[in-house]
Amino acid sequence: MTPSENIIQIKNLSKNYQDGFRALNSVNLDIRKGEIFALLGPNGAGKTTLINMICGIVNIQEGEVKISDLHNIKDYRKTRALIGLVPQELTSETFETVLSTVNFSRGLFGKKDNPPFVEKILRSLSLWDKKDNTILTLSGGMKRRVLIAKALAHEPKIIFLDEPTAGVDVELRQDMWEVVRQLKDDGVTIILTTHYIEEAEQIADRIGIINQGELILVKEKDDLMLELGKKHLQINLTEPLKQLPLELMDFQIELSPNGKQLIYTYEKIDNTGVSLLLELLSSLQIKYSDIDTKESSLEEIFVDLVNRERL
Amino acid sequence: MNYPAIKAIYIFEMSRMRRTLFQSIVSPVISTTLYFVVFGAAIGSRITEIDGVSYGSFIVPGLIMLSILTESVSNASFGIYFPKFSGSIYEVLSAPISYVEITLGYVGAAASKSIIVGAIILLTANLFVPIQIAHPFWMLLFLVLTALSFSLLGFILGIWADNWEKLAIAPTLIITPLAFLGGSFYSISMLPPFWQKITLLNPVVYLISGFRWSFYENADVSVYISISMIGVFLMICLILIWLIFKTGYRLRV
Ligand SMILES: Nc1ncnc2c1ncn2[C@@H]1O[C@H](COP(=O)(O)OP(=O)(O)O)[C@@H](O)[C@H]1O
Ligand SMILES: [Mg+2]
Repeated sequence: MTPSENIIQIKNLSKNYQDGFRALNSVNLDIRKGEIFALLGPNGAGKTTLINMICGIVNIQEGEVKISDLHNIKDYRKTRALIGLVPQELTSETFETVLSTVNFSRGLFGKKDNPPFVEKILRSLSLWDKKDNTILTLSGGMKRRVLIAKALAHEPKIIFLDEPTAGVDVELRQDMWEVVRQLKDDGVTIILTTHYIEEAEQIADRIGIINQGELILVKEKDDLMLELGKKHLQINLTEPLKQLPLELMDFQIELSPNGKQLIYTYEKIDNTGVSLLLELLSSLQIKYSDIDTKESSLEEIFVDLVNRERL
Repeated sequence: MNYPAIKAIYIFEMSRMRRTLFQSIVSPVISTTLYFVVFGAAIGSRITEIDGVSYGSFIVPGLIMLSILTESVSNASFGIYFPKFSGSIYEVLSAPISYVEITLGYVGAAASKSIIVGAIILLTANLFVPIQIAHPFWMLLFLVLTALSFSLLGFILGIWADNWEKLAIAPTLIITPLAFLGGSFYSISMLPPFWQKITLLNPVVYLISGFRWSFYENADVSVYISISMIGVFLMICLILIWLIFKTGYRLRV
């Protein structure tokens, strides 16, 4: 792969906080130009630590980060100018107005004033009406929008969204994904962290799963779903069963508490199990009225992976 | 140099002053007036002159210095402490901006504010007592250097402080006593010889002495010693800032 295709290259990045806690353990990760990358992991996994190290907020002692082939510490002026960050916590200078705080962000990143551009951003986030309001008077959702506007104010090529939808209403979530798609169309690379799995499933091109400071896996979302996705086959029985017949014990199968349903879980790529099971059922004279299949969500994949890691 | 960034920080910080215009401007006017009522009228009727200058006029440079010191320290320490406290410091830390630029923005704004307050006090005092400025250039030099070095000191305090108590304690415990004992309201030649020597350990004495000299040409210590002391103090603050940023002390974990 040519270097320019990877806009971020992370090599052996580790973090020991001052209290000795190891929050990241030798993370290697390449982010491709223009993709939406979801970093998925439970609370405390190290997502924010990783982002903050890339952005220059947390010191790096071990490993290195390159942005557009430039070292993120030695060439910090160039690399940081490329990055916009929407932090996890709602933080802002509360007494400032929306417009002045967004202008401040633009200036901080070395850009000259550009009122039409800032207006465009504020409008796209439904903030234009509120431009003269102080941050203090805004609701939580509106504050989040302001943080997004601040991150976009200097026209970054890479955007980090650290748990962008934590505590956010449906409307803002929709607006936000609209903005994210728009950014992607404009060629901006987007990295978001979340522990809402549906979110990653909905929007990401690739997914990285992180747990206890270790990057467990990085995959194309579709491949991940395909490879690790499980399907559930639900068989509605005409006559309830008292217990699971011994012959079915070999299958990964459960009997519902009321005895009316059998639920068989199988890997997506395994396509022989279902017919074997159905043959077996008819040879056992177990009649069924209906069958139904359901795919497992990324959530289940995730829990599964984390558990596997722990074993 | 990332000039837009310095400008952004500077404007942002100055806008706090605009928001609290009443507090920023009216309060020094009121406190100066009170000083003149209390010190000028009450004490001034007993001490009529010091070194040939009426007592009311004599205390003006000291009053200005007092405000410059406290304003510089509190503005600069608050300016950097608040974003640390609220978390909005993340933006400054992730911006393509050097330590020098961060310092210029915050310290420049704090120093500007205290110089403005100093000017307001000078104008207010002028309503009460005759004031002459014998060496305007020196006066400005002392004013600017003092505002800068104490804003730097405040900036350091703001970085060091990790709670509100610490932020409040340094000014009250160190700056105010040093300033009051620094000869704002008296000439140190009025003290017993032993206390005169002790007083010379107080850096504020040099500031006030030099500053007063630029007004009335009388000084407790030579003006060159005064200016050198400010220079030394400024250097110490700059070195401390450099060390803080070099290690990321209390800004980056
Ligand atoms: N400044 C710090 N000092 C010590 N430990 C920290 C610090 N910041 C975060 N941690 C710890 O590092 C781990 C990872 O935190 P974080 O990166 O915030 O996780 P996530 O964003 O995935 O929830 C957590 O256990 C957290 O307690
Ligand atoms: Mg986090």
